Amino acid sequence: MPMPEWLHVRRGKDEERNAAQWSKCPECGEMLYRRDLAANLWVCSRCNHHFRMGAYDRISGIVDGDFAEIGADVQVGDPLVWTDRKSYPAKLAGDREKSGLSEGVVCGFGQIGGFDVGLGVMDFHFRGGTMGTVVGERIALLLEEGRTRAIPCIIFTASGGARMEEGMFALMQLAKTTAAVTRFMDDGNLLIAVLTDPTTGGVSASFAFQADVIIAEPGAMIGFAGRRVIEQTIRQKLPDRFQTAEFLLEKGHIDMVVERRRIKEMLVHLLGYASHGAARRLHGVRA
Amino acid sequence: MNPFADREKALFELERRIADLRTASADQPVDIASEIATLEAKYQEVLRDVYGAPTPWQKVHIARHPNRPTALEYIAAFDRFDELHGDRAYRDDQAVVGGLGLLRGRAVMAIGQQRGRDTKENLRRNFGMVAPEGYRKVERLAHLATRFGVPMVTFVDTKGADPGIDSEEHAQSEAIAQCLVAFTDATVPIVAAIIGEGGSGGALALAIADRVIMLENSTYSVASPEGCAAILWGDATKAEEAASHLKLTAQDLLRFGIVDEVVPEPLGGANRDPSAVVARVLDRVDAALSELDRYVSPTLLSARYEKYRRIGSSKRDSSPAGRR
Repeated sequence: MPMPEWLHVRRGKDEERNAAQWSKCPECGEMLYRRDLAANLWVCSRCNHHFRMGAYDRISGIVDGDFAEIGADVQVGDPLVWTDRKSYPAKLAGDREKSGLSEGVVCGFGQIGGFDVGLGVMDFHFRGGTMGTVVGERIALLLEEGRTRAIPCIIFTASGGARMEEGMFALMQLAKTTAAVTRFMDDGNLLIAVLTDPTTGGVSASFAFQADVIIAEPGAMIGFAGRRVIEQTIRQKLPDRFQTAEFLLEKGHIDMVVERRRIKEMLVHLLGYASHGAARRLHGVRA
Repeated sequence: MNPFADREKALFELERRIADLRTASADQPVDIASEIATLEAKYQEVLRDVYGAPTPWQKVHIARHPNRPTALEYIAAFDRFDELHGDRAYRDDQAVVGGLGLLRGRAVMAIGQQRGRDTKENLRRNFGMVAPEGYRKVERLAHLATRFGVPMVTFVDTKGADPGIDSEEHAQSEAIAQCLVAFTDATVPIVAAIIGEGGSGGALALAIADRVIMLENSTYSVASPEGCAAILWGDATKAEEAASHLKLTAQDLLRFGIVDEVVPEPLGGANRDPSAVVARVLDRVDAALSELDRYVSPTLLSARYEKYRRIGSSKRDSSPAGRR
């Protein structure tokens, strides 16, 4: 769908939900007017805390103009016919209503700084950004189409890991997305991951850490095992900085920590370097 | 606590009495054959009662049984095995073993998660929970298998990847993610056998394979039942309930097409006849390797791609609801 249409639809919903609402910064306690917060890319104007951001807000702040979504019609499944306190389809319906999203990731194609890219953006507001069959399928479709077009892909991650209610089908999405990433990258295409708060479990143990370049937002919680699981295992409290983006940078796990308002600029630089490289390969120049 | 432990006592008691009577009947002329027969019938009855139709939660315990054969028992039944150690960078993680060997005369790269068979070994092997160094060793051995051109055979048996501070500091996510890539890319056939517990991404790191074989009472799941209960309901004690939801049994996963073959176990589990189970699994691994030998690498790789690409691929929905 072309940009103005989807933007209009999204913004309409957001504004209804957000009208005259205030949000308290969880970091510094500042009361922030949500409209100002949105204008500031959901970053606290006082302490620079990066709020979790909606997928469509993210996309509109990153792409130059149009964004053509793909995989929106991938059907939501309930492979285990799961019911605990609520049925899984009822949980999904509730999250669709609350988040205005059809599933935990939005994928599509657009331009960033004039470069054609495939873009996947996960959203924590839909079942904690967990990866089930729909998320796995959309990521695979994105990378397959990106491979066909031979253009770079960028994935913004935000995930609590694999989705429990889809059991082994969810775990198998690690294998599926890995297969798609591998084919995409083996053809020489560039994959960039931007890790946002939080990126854990099955998503961090697959495409998040398979990318060529890994960027993280300040303060993002990133790791394999959740904090609580580790604390229960070792029976002691973890230091505050443990598993933050800054901690991972220090440990050498990621390439850089970039503030949200600088991310687009950084992506454009990286895509620029890659386009030089592509031209070089095209003209048969050997390094 | 293992729910079988108490009920198994009745079995052991019967076993002891039958053995006593046998010894007695050898020394004495008294005919006690009928008494032995009665006890044996009783024994079979209790056996079926204790192990007959295990629930998913009971299977979790069979899969964790201390006497269930572990990776090294399978590897010990190879014609030969030469262990290769270490990640070439930091240490040799003994929660996973790997090396070159001969299985029924065929050269293979064997890799398996190794839990301990007693407390002392469990400490050394970290209960089969592999750290990043271990996954980097696995990744290295997967590349080496391609270099040697020999197929890979993996034995999966882990509660999950190690969730400790050091493991996070050494990038557990990255280590598993790269293992997944190495198995996806390996140009040699891969056969994975789920011999005990297949816990989450830490298990999958050894289980992207052309054929996945699973023992009848093994489990394979997106999270351990305890972990799933903690994640969903904030209460790890609801693990039994989680186990029934997760569809983690071999029969479920065969039905879903996530495993290719289920290997039967004796009543009560592999622990009741380990060497027979080991031989049976290796027979099936050997058969799978013989079949995979027919394919050239590109065919193998595209079939592997299609296999994982298909799992959980939902149909497209053209209704308005699907287009929200």
